[in-house]
Amino acid sequence: MKTRSFNWPVWAGLLLSVFAFVSYFFVFVRFPVTRDFPWASLLLFGAAAALLLVGLRRAFAPERRLRSKVAGSVAATLGVAIFGLFIFSTFVMARWLPAAQGAPEVGQKAPEFSLTDSDGRPVTLSELRSTPVNGKPPKGVLLVFYRGYW
Amino acid sequence: MAISVDAPEVSRDMREQAGYTYTFLSDPQAEVIRRYDLIHAGAGEGGRDIARPAEFLVDSSGTVRWVNLTENYWVRARPEQFIEAAKALR
Repeated sequence: MKTRSFNWPVWAGLLLSVFAFVSYFFVFVRFPVTRDFPWASLLLFGAAAALLLVGLRRAFAPERRLRSKVAGSVAATLGVAIFGLFIFSTFVMARWLPAAQGAPEVGQKAPEFSLTDSDGRPVTLSELRSTPVNGKPPKGVLLVFYRGYW
Repeated sequence: MAISVDAPEVSRDMREQAGYTYTFLSDPQAEVIRRYDLIHAGAGEGGRDIARPAEFLVDSSGTVRWVNLTENYWVRARPEQFIEAAKALR
């Protein structure tokens, strides 16, 4: 009987939403184009939502058993929850950054510092500003503060 | 030049793996990060204070010429942005 067949769209939709979530953090985050605004991930979530909707319609067809309806609902709910978690971590949590109102502004002096480089040598900002690069004095120094890899 | 709370060894391994040639500086006590008001309190592993992402272009006299303080840590300065700022340096 065809009506009792495996409801593949609902499971494919759930799998695709898991993939859409994981692929952002492992793949798309490496490329600024897909990281700054996660359009590729949102497209994947869109495709997952379409599959889940098709699957839900199948699950709730009159001839389907209760088990199919429950499984379909659970899969769709999980899919929505994964999407919600993705939106939360990329659009909400990622904005929980301190304002840094006291950070040096354009036109101000960058505070001097001395820190250890990755070979254990002490390095100062004034050294970085004056040490010749390729035989020429540097025009400037780019300071990149990052969260670290701990 | 990059600054974080990572220990020098962590930076060394990461530099070697990724093939970065620029300088990586360690600020394990986050002193310089604090001096630049870039502390993100408790955001690191085990509630450790770390740096929020930020980029500064400093000219040879030590004056800040360009700043990027992102509002979302997935959105970082792109090379083009700072190359444009660096072109203005003499």
